[in-house]
Amino acid sequence: MSKILVIAEHLDGKLNSSTARAVSAAIAVKGEVIDVLVLADSVDAIATEAAKINGVSRVLTVARSENAHALAAVLAPQIAKTAAGYSHVFVPSTTFGKDVAPRVAALLGVAQVSDVMSVEGTHTFRRPIYAGNAIITVEADAAHTVVATIRSASWGAAATGTGSAPIEALTVDVALPTHTRFVELKQGSSDRPDLQSASKVVSGGRGVGSKENFDIIFKFADRIGAAVGASRAAVDAGYVPSDLQVGQTGKIIAPELYVAIGISGAIQHLTGIKDAGTIVAINKDGEAPIFEVADFGLVGDLFKLIPELEAQLR
Amino acid sequence: MKILVGYKRVVDYNVRIQVKSDGTGVVTDGVKLSANPFDDIALEEALRLREKGVAEEVIVVGIGPADLTAHLRNGLAMGANRAIHVLTADATQPLTAARVFLKLIEKEQPGLVILGKQAIDDDANQTGQMLAALWDRPQATFASKVEIAGDKATVTREVDAGLEVIEAALPAVITTDLRLNEPRFIKLPDIMKAKSKPIETIEFGSLDVEAHDHLKTTHYAAPAKRSKGVMVKDAAELVAALKQKGLL
Ligand SMILES: Cc1cc2nc3c(=O)[nH]c(=O)nc-3n(C[C@H](O)[C@H](O)[C@H](O)COP(=O)(O)OP(=O)(O)OC[C@H]3O[C@@H](n4cnc5c(N)ncnc54)[C@H](O)[C@@H]3O)c2cc1C
Ligand SMILES: Cc1cc2nc3c(=O)[nH]c(=O)nc-3n(C[C@H](O)[C@H](O)[C@H](O)COP(=O)(O)OP(=O)(O)OC[C@H]3O[C@@H](n4cnc5c(N)ncnc54)[C@H](O)[C@@H]3O)c2cc1C
Repeated sequence: MSKILVIAEHLDGKLNSSTARAVSAAIAVKGEVIDVLVLADSVDAIATEAAKINGVSRVLTVARSENAHALAAVLAPQIAKTAAGYSHVFVPSTTFGKDVAPRVAALLGVAQVSDVMSVEGTHTFRRPIYAGNAIITVEADAAHTVVATIRSASWGAAATGTGSAPIEALTVDVALPTHTRFVELKQGSSDRPDLQSASKVVSGGRGVGSKENFDIIFKFADRIGAAVGASRAAVDAGYVPSDLQVGQTGKIIAPELYVAIGISGAIQHLTGIKDAGTIVAINKDGEAPIFEVADFGLVGDLFKLIPELEAQLR
Repeated sequence: MKILVGYKRVVDYNVRIQVKSDGTGVVTDGVKLSANPFDDIALEEALRLREKGVAEEVIVVGIGPADLTAHLRNGLAMGANRAIHVLTADATQPLTAARVFLKLIEKEQPGLVILGKQAIDDDANQTGQMLAALWDRPQATFASKVEIAGDKATVTREVDAGLEVIEAALPAVITTDLRLNEPRFIKLPDIMKAKSKPIETIEFGSLDVEAHDHLKTTHYAAPAKRSKGVMVKDAAELVAALKQKGLL
């Protein structure tokens, strides 16, 4: 019998949709018990949201001032302690989960399965390696707790609304380290949809040419209600901040529509979008590798084509 | 202070990975191997800290088979003072790698350990965090800026929401992101100089590290391919096609 503890990801008092996606993976394991653990300074709003996710048995909360910011060194001992009695601990494979989950695994003395794409059995999972160029089937030892991160792009969010799981406050009696201190979070201010959960994404690459030129990408994205992403080359060149990077070492996303503009289609970039519904590529080079994976390709100069597209949409 | 740097050898990032037809692995025979790009960045950061006078000694660490020596020489040519080669014929999972690093820490007492955030073969993204947990010290993962002042590191981290700044007491573990620095190129005279730098070889078996891995890889498969779509001739045709699919 599988008892699964899902670690909630949240920011500014709001639950991140990556949590409901991790719950989907827990449902795929056919967990008899699926509890969501909320660690925060003020837990109520987050716990209420988590309780609405269908399939959740209980929401467990640990309210401590030390949990105001997601510091892995502070959260991991609390998660490891709570994990006693659970067969699985699932954490979203976002920068939050990638930071904290291995620390939990090491405290429990077990290996970790990173980036679970599919569940083949209670202890058998599929995950990508080599930037998604190979998919391996991994079997975890059933004698130990499974610690896994769940690749968000592979899982739809478990439905919310009909769930009404009970919320229970826990006191976790464990000493917390003081060696790590949160200083600040510089968030890109944006009224645009969130890159990781948006149904449409427009990305620009080196072909856009400059920070100023990138306005054309932002405007087009706003026109169709899309989030904005970028290639590593565009981020490295300083056109946009790093949290917009899509790819192997950036965000892995699965929007219904992905529009790649002035992006060549390097394998490291494609890794980030291969689960997208429809891929559109706009590039002046008809031989660009991006066209190998695009559902719709349009060859030409982006500075001419984007205004034309906007005109069509008016 | 001393800095320990993880210096893993991986299949070069330009190689097109092929899965063996019998599903037992990926083809690694004859393919080009290079330093994990994140580890080159880790080494570069350590060297810069030494050049600033923050550190005195930079030690590159590799865990792997006998022929890893040539790879470690590259790390020495880039500028590391010496290398430690933990000799094992078996592939090391992250928890085991972390346990090995912990043993080396006990011996070397470094002020800082810098690893890559992920190795681009397994893409596990675990070793640094596991090491920090076992060592009971801070971790600053996905670093894009590192400043050391006294016994504190102030690290800017690339997180999904933006850039997070944390302060960690030393000793600590840092894992590198791509924008931390641009690694220097190795120059020919440095390759000559590296020949006389020491590489200490330690038998994995002599470290008394538990290596019962809990994960077994049972099958390798090629990823599902996206099929090539259609080329449209102009903006009007593209908009029409997307509208038809209900995407606009
Ligand atoms: C370890 C590692 C990890 C990496 N991780 C990532 C990652 O996470 N994400 C990522 O994106 N990359 C990543 N990369 C980098 C990747 O290999 C490529 O270098 C990068 O994706 C290239 O970005 P680009 O397509 O914007 O630039 P380029 O390859 O330079 O392509 C620019 C494209 O724009 C087109 N173009 C130019 N002008 C115009 C115009 N006026 N109109 C239309 N088209 C035009 C050109 O034809 C060209 O195809 C990684 C690399 C390494 C080694
Ligand atoms: C021929 C071959 C066969 C393999 N077969 C398997 C297999 O069957 N099953 C399997 O699970 N894995 C296999 N591997 C992969 C190997 O075991 C991985 O190195 C291991 O799982 C660690 O994962 P990672 O490097 O992605 O860790 P990450 O946590 O992504 O590594 C992060 C960082 O830790 C440091 N680090 C990690 N390992 C080392 C090391 N060995 N030396 C120095 N620094 C290190 C580096 O700084 C690295 O950047 C194989 C590798 C090779 C070359």
